[in-house]
Amino acid sequence: MLELSQVSKCYGDHHALKSVDLAVMAGETVVLIGPSGCGKSTLLRLIIGLLQPDSGTVTFEGQALTPACLLEARRRMGYVIQEGGLFPHLTVRGNVTVMAGHLQRDGTWIEARLGDLADLVRLPRDLMDRYPAELSGGQRQRVSLMRALMLDPDLLLLDEPLGALDPMIRYQLQQELKSIFDELGKTVVMVTHDIAEAAHFGQRLVLLREGRVVQSGSLRSLAENPAEPFVEAFITAQREPMSRVAAVLQ
Amino acid sequence: MSRAGRSVVFLFVLSWLVLVRPVVAEQPREPVVVGSKAFTESVILGEMLRQLATDAGSSATHRRQLGGTRVVWNALLSGEIDAYPEYTGTLVQEILASEGLSTVEQLSVALASRGIGMTPSLGFNNTYAIGMNAEQADRLGIHAISDLGGHPDLIFGFGNEFMDRADGWPGLQRRYRLPQTDVRGLDHDLAYRGLEAGTLDAIDLYSTDAEIAYYGLRALADDLGFFPDYHAVVIFRLDLVERAPAVVAAFRDLGGRIDATTMSALNARVKLDGLSEAAAAAGFLEAALGLEIDADTARQGWLQRLWQHTAEHLTLVAISLSAAILLAIPMGILAARQERIAHVVLGVAGVLQTIPSLAMFVFLIPLLGIGGPPAVAALFLYSLLPIIRNTYAGLKDIPAPIIESAVALGLPPNARLRIVELPLATRAILAGIKTSAVINVGTATLGALIGAGGYGQPILTGIRLDDMGLILQGAIPAAVLALFVQGLFEAIERRLLPRGLRLDTNVVAAGG
Repeated sequence: MLELSQVSKCYGDHHALKSVDLAVMAGETVVLIGPSGCGKSTLLRLIIGLLQPDSGTVTFEGQALTPACLLEARRRMGYVIQEGGLFPHLTVRGNVTVMAGHLQRDGTWIEARLGDLADLVRLPRDLMDRYPAELSGGQRQRVSLMRALMLDPDLLLLDEPLGALDPMIRYQLQQELKSIFDELGKTVVMVTHDIAEAAHFGQRLVLLREGRVVQSGSLRSLAENPAEPFVEAFITAQREPMSRVAAVLQ
Repeated sequence: MSRAGRSVVFLFVLSWLVLVRPVVAEQPREPVVVGSKAFTESVILGEMLRQLATDAGSSATHRRQLGGTRVVWNALLSGEIDAYPEYTGTLVQEILASEGLSTVEQLSVALASRGIGMTPSLGFNNTYAIGMNAEQADRLGIHAISDLGGHPDLIFGFGNEFMDRADGWPGLQRRYRLPQTDVRGLDHDLAYRGLEAGTLDAIDLYSTDAEIAYYGLRALADDLGFFPDYHAVVIFRLDLVERAPAVVAAFRDLGGRIDATTMSALNARVKLDGLSEAAAAAGFLEAALGLEIDADTARQGWLQRLWQHTAEHLTLVAISLSAAILLAIPMGILAARQERIAHVVLGVAGVLQTIPSLAMFVFLIPLLGIGGPPAVAALFLYSLLPIIRNTYAGLKDIPAPIIESAVALGLPPNARLRIVELPLATRAILAGIKTSAVINVGTATLGALIGAGGYGQPILTGIRLDDMGLILQGAIPAAVLALFVQGLFEAIERRLLPRGLRLDTNVVAAGG
């Protein structure tokens, strides 16, 4: 349903992505992971068309993404970023329904959809007329997810959606988000640098380093058959602190 | 010029034609229009000319106290006015300085080649003089200008025209080799007060100034004969001879009728006794020429004047500011979208902002005449920059994640602008409009220098007549209007600014 073929992107002299190939099946949850600056966010921004590739193609639902068809294609994708990117001058209702309103969808349909989504992300319905400044960080991410899901997109793109939240809320939202994904059965591409989060969400992990895909597969296959020493080092770096915690608690 | 540059200039011109020009289209003009410069003697003489023209059977108006020589001269050349009182020295040394004229005949010929006629001298020579407090002059033993050479520490204060004119300070300094370095330019009417207060030691005088006797001043002898003759004359458009021959005849008849003592006395009646210029002029015409003048001296009450000045001021501000808002916001949006356009637009508007207002008025007079239109045009141009810059900055300052979210949702550019970007830039845009409005209200007071009326009118007259009450009649309403306009836009901001932007972002509800 989504295919990136030989995609490259440079910022000046810096090669953010070098000839990346990636295919995502319908209904699959793929997690892009890697250290800062590895190109994982750039990859996501190429898919939603915030960036254009220098070379290579992005194909979405059998159609190569060009500036001409981007506007329409974006409406079949949902995009959630770290800080939510909510419009501060619009209420929760305004933020979630802005695109549906612009497309002049039926008012009753919009209101019903808003209620359903609030239930789905467990946001109390009496918050619909609050402004983003009146919400907590977790609530803002729930609203951002509602906004991304409003037009029932085929593909959900999440760029470190839980990155700015404190650990407790982050843990709680991880659980909820996972069950939402399972319930919706949507295709999801998610970016994170946290390997535990990646393992929690992803059937398939795609590990990037300096603009290249290093290895792709389940966490188990990455850990057992690392393609290069970097894969092992990356997993170990995040695993060690956890095992220390586990050791202390024993 | 780049394509962006050309389209920006085109936009400036187009907006001018569409927005401003129709509103300020010329009003019907009286058959005879006389002008005067912004000092009392000129206004009295101008008033005489108006009364003479009326007496000769033509309906006439007087555009009084029109700033400096350049403003009135350009107005005469462009036909905005038909006649005004001038001095031969100013014509020879200043207006036509490049022609090297030496005789009255040469001057007449030079004027005629420009379609301008000149009456004989009215009968007095109002030359420049250098004046000092008589007591101080005695103490220092100064009687003539050359005596100043021995006192390099004296502080001079000269009228702004005198500072720059070839026949003013630069020439005087060369001729007498004067050593003084502390020389300040200021309004002529204020110079007398500086001399009286002791902050100035010597100033330039017009020899018919009423203040010379009043303040006990000594006009120093021009012992090297530097100052040329400044015979008062009336200059007029030659086409007036055909349009209103009787009026021109009456102007010519005024030749030789006013001697220096008489003029000085008329100045004193207005400046020291508080008589209106119209009444002083009418008194002279009745006594000297035996005319019966309906002096139209019924002065308006101050409330009526306040109302008139308010109406004039508001008209200037409202037209220029709304036109500026209508043009500047789209230009700011364009600039925010295209960095190349931003360079051109902000550059052009920035340069416009640096042109001094009086210079701007003088540039615009050949295009738009005197009065309201050039004032509105100048205020319009001055109001552009703050609004363009704030619109541009307001749009550029929107955090990238918010813009990207709007793009990622699939909102097309125009919807993005309307739904997301403009609301978020509201505060910045309104701040720019507020700045423009306050500058506009203040600068509009200078419109009086080119006959646009407004609160500048009483301020200008008040400075000329040393009448603090009159100055306050303009200054206080102008300040109140500035505050009012600012308050108005603050009220608009309260209505327009989305509630979500007025919230304190630190107050966050608890819970996940």
